[in-house]
Amino acid sequence: MALLQIAEPGLAAAPHQHRLAVGIDLGTTNSLVATVASGMARALPDTEGHVLLPSVVRYGESETIVGRTARAEQAVDPLNTLASVKRLMGRSLADADAAMRSHYRLTDAPGMVGIETRAGVKSPVEVSADILRTLRERAEASLGGELTGAVITVPAYFDDAQRQATKDAARLAGLNVLRLLNEPTAAAIAYGLDNAAEGIYAVYDLGGGTFDISILKLTRGIFEVLATNGDPALGGDDFDQHLADWLKRQAGIDDDLPVEDQRRLLALARAVKETLSDIEQAVATCNFSNGRLLDVIVSRSTFTELTADLVARSLRPVRKALRDAGLGAEEIKGVVMVGGSTRMPHVQTAVESLFGTPPLNNLDPDLVVALGAAMQADVLAGNRKSGSEADWLLLDVCPLSLGLETMGGLVEKIVPRNSTIPTARAQDFTTYKDGQTAMSVHVVQGEREIVSECRSLARFTLRGIPAMVAGAARIRVTFQIDADGLLSVSAREQTSGVEAHVEVKPSYGLGDGEVARMLLDAYGTAEIDAATRMLREAQVEARRLIDATDAALAEDGATLLAPPERIVVQTALYTLAELLETDEGDTRKIRAATDALNTVSGDFAARRMDASIKRALAGRSLETL
Amino acid sequence: MSITVTDNAARHIQKTLDKRGKGFGLRLAVKTSGCSGMAYALEFADESLPEDLIFESSGVRLLVDPRSLPYLDGTELDFVREGLNEGFKFNNPNAKAECGCGESFAV
Repeated sequence: MALLQIAEPGLAAAPHQHRLAVGIDLGTTNSLVATVASGMARALPDTEGHVLLPSVVRYGESETIVGRTARAEQAVDPLNTLASVKRLMGRSLADADAAMRSHYRLTDAPGMVGIETRAGVKSPVEVSADILRTLRERAEASLGGELTGAVITVPAYFDDAQRQATKDAARLAGLNVLRLLNEPTAAAIAYGLDNAAEGIYAVYDLGGGTFDISILKLTRGIFEVLATNGDPALGGDDFDQHLADWLKRQAGIDDDLPVEDQRRLLALARAVKETLSDIEQAVATCNFSNGRLLDVIVSRSTFTELTADLVARSLRPVRKALRDAGLGAEEIKGVVMVGGSTRMPHVQTAVESLFGTPPLNNLDPDLVVALGAAMQADVLAGNRKSGSEADWLLLDVCPLSLGLETMGGLVEKIVPRNSTIPTARAQDFTTYKDGQTAMSVHVVQGEREIVSECRSLARFTLRGIPAMVAGAARIRVTFQIDADGLLSVSAREQTSGVEAHVEVKPSYGLGDGEVARMLLDAYGTAEIDAATRMLREAQVEARRLIDATDAALAEDGATLLAPPERIVVQTALYTLAELLETDEGDTRKIRAATDALNTVSGDFAARRMDASIKRALAGRSLETL
Repeated sequence: MSITVTDNAARHIQKTLDKRGKGFGLRLAVKTSGCSGMAYALEFADESLPEDLIFESSGVRLLVDPRSLPYLDGTELDFVREGLNEGFKFNNPNAKAECGCGESFAV
């Protein structure tokens, strides 16, 4: 229950409408959904009390079955029972890994690999959507209402296609994706590390079929992924396989088992493995279809020995990630354990001895990612008041500044780099020429001051600006970046309301290396950029003044200026115009000539002002003013 | 019919009343809004209304309007510290379910 404070009479705040938001861990082996209730994140069980939903979908004769039942039927109907489809998300047939190829009938579908099933060719997106739909229904049944949105976790190394595929699956499942969150970040949030002291943390995630290590740096509540590494083909399943192979040898079977027996043996190995995390020894019994019986006692030390090479294999990517981040193991402030496989005692010991610190393991490693996602979803749905201790939404930053092109090929930065996202920033611009009715908006990304040195993201044109004198129109350009890094830019002329907008993905196609190079470039060239900026600004200012003076001379030059005065102004104007044409590179000279023109035309400008006031007042009595 | 405060809550209420410089007591009420049906309101009271029921507990006057009373009967008001947060908590035997945000409840 939230804690209350005493309010002044009549001022007790009305409670806000709570919005139902969930976090979903869409895993390779298991998926689950969690939510925040009464300030605590908890995983939501199904009607039978199971929290983990096996990420297995069986396309049956008449119906689609998801989860435990589907997994149980895997042995009966292997080709139509799809597991580990996360490995295929956003992948083409050529990228699909060998294990998936051997288990299923994969086909080349447009955009992404397809899996042939009884119910037709299914894309990994559709299969994931079936899993997500099951979780959504579970959450809605248990929370008693429609969900406002969900945060779905993805591995930190997922590329754009894989993230997009995950989002598509969620949409297909009827979920509103509040954002995609990196799994290691979610785990760190679950442990409240975002509220902890700044520092560097490691997330060791040994799941069912994949191993990921992420090095995160926390600064002012923002997690930055410093390095990720892993082994996409290392997980609890391999431990099962090693044990199953050993069991097979113990039973004296050397020939290949039928598919069904193989699956049964694997299920047995998994059960034995899980038992051995709690107690020192377990009994493995199995009836094979050919009538042979297996009955072996497995001790924890045997299992540790059998799988020591797997644990060692997981430590290699860890060292690599540390090296990539330029860090020593002793610089890691804490290690978060994620994934059911980290329950195995020898995994814990290995991690502890590598980092020299006991890993964080007091939260259930199967749930930790979903719990973190739920906490994030709660914030994004607006269920936490700002100002509370949990005002920690700020988790991601845009890596490079975003801006637009202004006159003279200069960049006006609207969203500075390292701004936390989501964000929205607006700036007002105006027209440059009299009667200008359109404005081209060129969106660029980068740290340099000159457009040609930045990366062009998008262009669009705002048309239909009412004709006004230069500088009178007010055009508000708004940059909005949503939590997934999707940028939308809109321009709106304030008096007429005409509007145009464009959506871009700012990070698309920019690798970390490219981002780093663009940053370095910007630092090294700051002085040149500043000088260029000054020159271009001087040129733009000079041209603006020439245009304005020209227009004024054409309109009022004959009536308001004596011929000698006119010659003085025109001379200054020509001098400046000539300077721009011939000697473009000298900021100082251009400024001096601009000032000169300003000075000689100052009197003219004052007379024009008087004349226009006279015109405005002519024929009107004092009372009507 | 009773509504009570814990010693801890009484101390805190007395302290805030002293700091405020005035106040007849503390008004406890329920409002019919929020996500789970009802929400608590906790306010200073500078005067009592004719229909108010007044409970005295640990030296603190608690005012409750008759419409709120059925929902609050038996409630103990506590003052607790949870992590960095501190505040009042209604230990209400009538509440059956709470909403996710913990601001409202159902009976």
